[in-house]
Amino acid sequence: MLAAHLDPLPAAFFSLLAIGSLLLSFVMLGSRWLRHYLLAFAAQSWLIAVLSAAVGFYGGYAELYIVAALTAAFRGLLLPYLILRIIRRLKVSREIHVILQASSSLVIGALAILFALAVSYRIGAALDLDGTIVVLALTVMLSMKLIGFLMLSVRHEAISQILGLLLLENGVFLGAQILVPGMPLLIEIVILFDLLVVVACFGVLVQYLLTSAGTTSSLRLKRLVG
Amino acid sequence: MKLIGFLTLTMTLAPAVAIILVLAIRRPRPAEMINLIASVISLASISVILLTAPRSSVMFWNGYVVIDGLGVWTILCAALVYFLASIYAVGYMRLVDAPGRLHRFYALFAGFALSTLIGPMVNNAGLYWIAIEVTTLISTFLVAYEREATSVEAAWKYIIVVSAGISLALLGTILFYWSGTFVLGPTYDMTWDALRDIAPRLNPALVSLSFLLVLIGYGTKVGLAPMHTWLPDAHSEGPAPVSALLSGALLNTAMVGIVRYLAVADAAGISTLARGTLLSLGGFSLFVAALFIVRQTGVKRLMAYSSVEHMGVIAIGFGFGGSLGIAGALYHMLNHSLNKSLMFFGAGSVMRAYGAKRISKIRLVGQCFPVVGALWLAGAVAITGAPPFGLFLSELTIIRAGFAGSHWLLVAVIAILLIIIFVGFINHFRSMYFDESRGKPDKAPPISGWCVVPMALALVPLFVMGLWWPDRLWDHFLAIAASLSTTSAGSSP
Repeated sequence: MLAAHLDPLPAAFFSLLAIGSLLLSFVMLGSRWLRHYLLAFAAQSWLIAVLSAAVGFYGGYAELYIVAALTAAFRGLLLPYLILRIIRRLKVSREIHVILQASSSLVIGALAILFALAVSYRIGAALDLDGTIVVLALTVMLSMKLIGFLMLSVRHEAISQILGLLLLENGVFLGAQILVPGMPLLIEIVILFDLLVVVACFGVLVQYLLTSAGTTSSLRLKRLVG
Repeated sequence: MKLIGFLTLTMTLAPAVAIILVLAIRRPRPAEMINLIASVISLASISVILLTAPRSSVMFWNGYVVIDGLGVWTILCAALVYFLASIYAVGYMRLVDAPGRLHRFYALFAGFALSTLIGPMVNNAGLYWIAIEVTTLISTFLVAYEREATSVEAAWKYIIVVSAGISLALLGTILFYWSGTFVLGPTYDMTWDALRDIAPRLNPALVSLSFLLVLIGYGTKVGLAPMHTWLPDAHSEGPAPVSALLSGALLNTAMVGIVRYLAVADAAGISTLARGTLLSLGGFSLFVAALFIVRQTGVKRLMAYSSVEHMGVIAIGFGFGGSLGIAGALYHMLNHSLNKSLMFFGAGSVMRAYGAKRISKIRLVGQCFPVVGALWLAGAVAITGAPPFGLFLSELTIIRAGFAGSHWLLVAVIAILLIIIFVGFINHFRSMYFDESRGKPDKAPPISGWCVVPMALALVPLFVMGLWWPDRLWDHFLAIAASLSTTSAGSSP
């Protein structure tokens, strides 16, 4: 497996990219401006694209260059552009209804990382891979998942929820590049396209939401209970 | 082999061609008929596959498509519901006020049905994930079709909750793949068989984590409590034919994934954890469903919580395992698909006729609509698991499987919860049928024949299957059970 015996230089480079992405998810968590979320998400996608290319280079997986290009094009440019258009059309620039202050959500995010680290250590130890980049990749993967769920539960603007979902998938993507670089290309490409479809759907739904519920905050969605 | 390939192709091409034709013609009346014809072709093809080659496991397209016992059975359930719902939609959708959009409904409807037909035959864990994601994307628009504030709210909750849940399944799938790379090298085809063959050599800690993630992920889609929160909203706010398809076809399609992963978990030697978790999710679903059914105020929400209940029962059946448990769960799938379609059809017609969503606004159904009322009432008796209908037999089989595996406590809890649900459910029907105190309703318009026929078509087989469990079906179930349990399934959790 590639990740288990890497040279120090690529290992450090991969770690840098993974930690950078994790930090960017904290930017998303700590900000209340939708535009900041979006920029952080775009930057994170670029980091993941660089990571794909780097894994492709060091591991000798030529198809990962395609994945890198697709990630940069779709998740780094096209998706942020589409979401930016939705934001402009909706004229919402920041999260208005906050359940949890940014500072408290940062603290909870940090706790999530601790939990992810504990789980990854156990898995790493069970596989005799402790001390390798595998543990870091697992930690980043799981904590981005947890932070995404945190964002979904404390943010209520429709746009924040879309970005929360995208963050969930970014985490899986990042981990997959390091852990399973050889996973058949077909699946990765389909997942990329799938995301595009998801955002198209979201665009339409947000429009519906605005016309029929009059708001894009899910806090107002209280008609259906019980 | 060739015949099966041909039939599989016609089964999937029929709805696909229907989508294209409907979108090309863009007129409502032809769209109804095209969709109906497609559903008949799909149902006929899958029935022939079941009758001619029940035991074979055939692969197509470099092994990306597999036609095996479990897949065929689930597809049959989906195709049946698609057929019944297509008949019903003709009558029902004419009442929905959506000028100029009806052809789009049928295109989406056929697309949704197609995605539920394809899901069970996908032979690759990664592609299966994509198939499930596609079902969500298409059905969201069907849930939001009526464009009322409530249906948009339901659609939004549906796509957010289910996408978040299913992303956990993606993580689990990737971790499964990763665990396999230690055995098979960095690149391999992640087919169900490959996973099960290497399962004994996988790392138990990693497989446990992956399985739990996959179970939570697909469990969200199946509607197991506590991940069921999207289900009552989506099922109650979509048009009635969509509710039937969601409940009778989609939930089973997602359940297939759990069952296939369960076989992998068994082979990996973590069946205690896997089955224990599945059983507790199933039991908790029954518990939540019982609470919400007893105090329910909405007609279709009542049916939706009943879906949570029955998915719980099916999960428990597979969790018990063994030939009895698996046979019971599979039989329950078919019975539930038929019965829940019947219930949603009745609910849709009655709600339209009274112009109300709440149970308290509906009264004296039996006097106002003798035929629909009788069919719906019979369906209500059937869905609570009372004899002489199919669900009684399948629930009894699952309970017997519980005794065979010595799960005394769990069986007792299930029995009590089922009785509570029976009383609560029937009580709602008592108030809708026999409560004279609320006075006679105004004269309601008659219900179209298109809406009555599918109810009868669903009730007759339910009644027959309650009295007679065909030997051929039993053999088919045993073959599926054998294919799922390479090691000794049905051992205690």
